[in-house]
Amino acid sequence: MTSLAHQRSTIGRVFEHRFLQYRRTFRSSIFTSFVSPVLFLTAMGIGLGGYVSNDAALGGVPYLVFLAPGLLAATAMQSASFEATFPIMGGLVWNKVFHAMYATPISPRDIALGNLAWIVARLTLITTIFTLVIVLFGAAESPLIVFAIPAAVLTGMAFAGPIAAFSATQKTPNKFAAIFRFGITPLFLFSGTFFPISTLPAALQALAWLTPLFHGVALTRGLSLGTIADEPVAAAIHVIYLTTLATVGAWLTIRNIRRRLVRG
Amino acid sequence: MLNTPVTPLIHARGLTKRFGEFVAVDAIDFDVAAGESFGFLGPNGAGKTSTMRMIGCVSPISAGVLQVMGLDPDKHGPQIRARLGVVPQQDTLDLELTVRENLSIYGRYFGLSRAEVGRRADELLEFAQLTERADDQVEPLSGGMKRRLTIARSLINEPTVLLLDEPTTGLDPQARHLLWDRLYRLKQRGVTLVLTTHYMDEAEQLCDRLVVMDKAKIVAEGSPRALIEQYSTREVTELRFAPGIAETLDGQLEGIAERVEHLPDRVLLYADDGEAAAVAVHQRGLKPETVLVRRSSLEDVFLRLTGRSLVD
Repeated sequence: MTSLAHQRSTIGRVFEHRFLQYRRTFRSSIFTSFVSPVLFLTAMGIGLGGYVSNDAALGGVPYLVFLAPGLLAATAMQSASFEATFPIMGGLVWNKVFHAMYATPISPRDIALGNLAWIVARLTLITTIFTLVIVLFGAAESPLIVFAIPAAVLTGMAFAGPIAAFSATQKTPNKFAAIFRFGITPLFLFSGTFFPISTLPAALQALAWLTPLFHGVALTRGLSLGTIADEPVAAAIHVIYLTTLATVGAWLTIRNIRRRLVRG
Repeated sequence: MLNTPVTPLIHARGLTKRFGEFVAVDAIDFDVAAGESFGFLGPNGAGKTSTMRMIGCVSPISAGVLQVMGLDPDKHGPQIRARLGVVPQQDTLDLELTVRENLSIYGRYFGLSRAEVGRRADELLEFAQLTERADDQVEPLSGGMKRRLTIARSLINEPTVLLLDEPTTGLDPQARHLLWDRLYRLKQRGVTLVLTTHYMDEAEQLCDRLVVMDKAKIVAEGSPRALIEQYSTREVTELRFAPGIAETLDGQLEGIAERVEHLPDRVLLYADDGEAAAVAVHQRGLKPETVLVRRSSLEDVFLRLTGRSLVD
């Protein structure tokens, strides 16, 4: 009963439910995933970037090349955060579909992991399209950009795990706005996506080091520019930090969903 | 069958549920046999839903013994749930999906193949009289339709036991009768039904046997008929007096009936011959505004046992 194959199949059924829901908005979602990076890279990378010199702090590359992988990681963060808030709380509070699943052989653990697996799939799709756009814009310096896809997905999951765990404790969406306003948006702006954090005051640099997006951007940028191998220890720290957040978040999500479902 | 001792499908001894200091279910004993239709009757807050959730293996027991189909919910939750059908008090349908999708995805949770799920979904749509709405979204359906869909969904795994928590609460009379008819058909097919209700007519319609719950405890057990015989008279005469009169009756109704119950809005006379009681009231010169003679119901049993009415 607790064999790996069985667990995989019960998690798969939760995943299947999310896919069934997603089928309705599939086309518009793919379209958005393509148009959004095109707009951002055109306006900020080419338009704004035209006024930015190839500064040494940018790694001596055009602004578009500097910006693109940062936006990739930041997009993964935003999508993951959205997927980890409303759908998780909704399944427990609004339509109560998690309660419906729990009345079957599906366990709270399956529900948590099935939903997180779904977010991985969504992020893979979004970041693959984004990476394709980067390549089409000629903004990738290295073939290693292919690995920026899993790096961006990992960045997203470092947010999705802890945020899903939080969402599983909420009865209303009231606090979600605060997560985006005071968490996601400042990170989007100050974690090295738009400018290197070395231009920040020392205290803020230290703070930026603690944020998961900084590590995600460092990874995707290192891969896109092909400079990742220059600082292997730093790269390892980025991966370990993000993996730890994602794993602890997943564990807390399982725990919180179980508590909530058992309480009724 | 009735004389051979069979292992009950559900077996509870000293079953208790606590939430911190609060005792929701206080050491109750009951057995449910295969093919039986068994009810928990009681007011809101009596502990019915907590009991159902323990049977449904989604809420761990705090003390006592509980076995469902011979298995321990604590150790074999998923195996037991694989053979249960659950109709929760509040619908848990996915409103964004269609009627058919709600059935098929639910079947998938039980590990059924897509082909099998499709076949069963067609049958169940027919059974729930929802075939014409199969490809519509659930959101705009009426309350009665959603309820029928929830019941159809609970049958997708061909359960041994169907747990229904207040299956018709909030439905209009027509929708309720349609649901009762569907549940009665399931009962005929041999599905074991376990239901909670605070409607005495529902309990009388559907239950072979029931327990009356009040304040976390079981206060009586038996068939609806046996409970009425034991705790009430054959008939009840309901008297309504003009405002202010009822308070002045003091003792004037003594001896007319086996028992007299004063409620805020009416007086109940418990007697085997309700007509005779009504005549006796008039002979004593009392002038109630309305007189209604009816058969005793489980409501009367509940009133007798707890001193309160079932639905406030």
